[in-house]
Amino acid sequence: MKIELPQVGESVTEGIIGKWLVAVGDKVEKYDPIVEVVTDKVAMELPSPVSGTLREIIALEGETIPMGGIIADIESENEEATPTNAKENQPDLEAHSKPGKEIGTTGILLKDVAPVGPTGSGGIIDSTSSQGDRDRKTRIIYSPAVMRLAEIHDVNLEMVTGSGRNGRVTKKDLQNFIDSEKTPVDSKNVDRDDKKSANTDSVPTENTYPNVLGNNEEKITLSPVRKIIASNMVKSATLIPQAWSLVEVDVNGLVELRNKVKDDFQKREKVNLTYLPFVLKAVSESLKEIPLLNSSWNEDSIILKHQINLGIAVAAPDGLVVPVIENADALSISGLAHKLDDLTTRAREGKLTVSDVQSGTFTVNNTGALGSIASQPLVNYPQAGIITTEAIVKRPVVVNDAIAIRSIMNICLSFDHRIIDGEQASGFNRSVKDRLESINLNTQIY
Amino acid sequence: MTIKTVLEAVHDAMQEEMRRDETVFVMGEDIGARGGVFLATEGFLQEFGENRVIDTPLAESSIAGVALGAAMHGMRPIAEIEFGDFIWPTINQIVGEAAKVRYGTKGKLNAPMVLRAPHGGGVRGALYHSQSVEAFFAHTPGLKVVTPSTPYDAKGLLKSAIRDDDPVIFLEHKRTYRLVRGEVPDDEYTLPIGKADLKREGSDVTIITYGLMLHHCLEAAETVEMDDIDVEVLDLRTVRPLDTDAILATTRKTGKVLIVHEDNKALGIGAEVSAIISENAFEYLDGPVARLAGPEIPAMPFAPPLEDMYMIDSEKIANSIRQLAEY
Repeated sequence: MKIELPQVGESVTEGIIGKWLVAVGDKVEKYDPIVEVVTDKVAMELPSPVSGTLREIIALEGETIPMGGIIADIESENEEATPTNAKENQPDLEAHSKPGKEIGTTGILLKDVAPVGPTGSGGIIDSTSSQGDRDRKTRIIYSPAVMRLAEIHDVNLEMVTGSGRNGRVTKKDLQNFIDSEKTPVDSKNVDRDDKKSANTDSVPTENTYPNVLGNNEEKITLSPVRKIIASNMVKSATLIPQAWSLVEVDVNGLVELRNKVKDDFQKREKVNLTYLPFVLKAVSESLKEIPLLNSSWNEDSIILKHQINLGIAVAAPDGLVVPVIENADALSISGLAHKLDDLTTRAREGKLTVSDVQSGTFTVNNTGALGSIASQPLVNYPQAGIITTEAIVKRPVVVNDAIAIRSIMNICLSFDHRIIDGEQASGFNRSVKDRLESINLNTQIY
Repeated sequence: MTIKTVLEAVHDAMQEEMRRDETVFVMGEDIGARGGVFLATEGFLQEFGENRVIDTPLAESSIAGVALGAAMHGMRPIAEIEFGDFIWPTINQIVGEAAKVRYGTKGKLNAPMVLRAPHGGGVRGALYHSQSVEAFFAHTPGLKVVTPSTPYDAKGLLKSAIRDDDPVIFLEHKRTYRLVRGEVPDDEYTLPIGKADLKREGSDVTIITYGLMLHHCLEAAETVEMDDIDVEVLDLRTVRPLDTDAILATTRKTGKVLIVHEDNKALGIGAEVSAIISENAFEYLDGPVARLAGPEIPAMPFAPPLEDMYMIDSEKIANSIRQLAEY
């Protein structure tokens, strides 16, 4: 039985194969994890859909496979042994003739052959053949024209987004990709070296990376998670024109409140009360006030999101993950604290599911936890903004014309300047700042 | 330039060639006194007399055979088969004999004859007035098979066919006769047999077609402009010999080819065009070579709704273009 990469969540179209947890020849039980799969949202272990023996690993570690693509072949316990060359759907004369009988000039009548119309041609009846048809449709096959162009222009086809049926990369897709790559690179070359650019047809950007290792250099192979982070960051940095803004927030009241209630909270709720739930609450409220920050750019329009789903950047052992608190605006400070604790714990243990990481509409990143006092985050594509909370530090500030020692925290906002101008961005920052500064000992946390 | 119908273009081509060359003559059923069942030879009897405009008995085998004999003895006959559907008795004379004259005599003899026949459906002609016959002749080395679709092409190609030193099967689509009008130069011109013509330039999908279907294809190409699909249309004009260079050039340009013909699909002209493409331009293909052709049923149905279903129209073509563009 061919094992397909299942659809694991909306808007997820492909996954990178991680480590195989079983080897060829191993017995697997139904629901046993067989392989790690990393998507652009989350990593997971794929359970076996059947009990049987792993016959072949088709998708190797590190390969990118579209949803529905074939990754392995398991000989299920119910499945009768099929001829080893079943891959090629050729009738196997030997397997189908009576043992010992020679095939003379008269030939033999093949058994179990499905007739295909009046032409009389047929193939071995194969219970999985309808699935075979599906495989062919979903597996990405590049046309000869696309492979030829890709070779001429030295393009890595995995970088090209396909608009054809089932995500196929068409010649037009590739041509557009080549054209878009070519322009900036060529102009660079003209500045640098006229002769060189005249001699080469086009110089893809990838070739500008050094391929040869120096004496004191070492090559680190990219983990699947690293690859996905890299690709998302490139998307953010290349597709979104981002601007940045920072405001200083006086969180004296917040610090006082938290210090007063955190021990009781911990006893009662069994989770820590950090500053982050307060920030999440303030951000949710401010997103309601300025809804444009809770949106996505859509080429010729802007998609406003009516749900406020906050993504929280968490440093997991493998790298950055961004679990999402859906409808964050509907939760109390306490509710947010619980949700946050659950998500960060599972993120660190690598136990997030796809539903935990999809549908985010805006992202909060607590860079202060790492000691940073100002940072310039990249917007989490395709969202419109990302806000960071920096370290809370005691600083001398002027309050009522006198110097006072106060707890100060910076918040930094990166935003998609196509959607938002400085006015809304500053308004948003000011709104978050006002909400955080108005927190005092009377603020309700339930 | 004058606007003419395909029928007028055919008429003018024969008239001009008969005026130019005394060895050219016409023969066929009803072509003299009646002026031809479609009036392609109207007035010829009066102008050229009964020695050069010969009404024949209702015997297609002898029409082709007499024409072949005359051609081998220095004449340039234009034999008309009243309807392509009745061309089958000529097969022995044409495929069995005419095609082999030059080869079989080491070039000592040749047969400069034209066999003209109206063909094709979409005219409520049912089983015996709708057939497509081109593939049967196109299979035969030694024959040329011309299938024009516009007045300009019909005139220029028929004149070349008459001047050709070997047998040419000249198939005129009945539905184009009075339906298709186009500019025709007033001055003398001929068009080369074996050259396709790019009737529309485009970059996304190529349609390769001939005959009546050309006009439906052009219409479909305009329809799918709204879907942002840029279609190139190549009119083969001659189905033997095929213009391999033109077929490969457009394939290399768009990478996606749809072949459209009214004749049924299996072993038709489309099969040969498709094979030429995969043999010579495989690495330029961006999708499977697609064919849209008549269904595999023995003949044109008599009932109008069934005939409509049988015939390829611009809507069916537009759907096929979209599918191929989307691939």
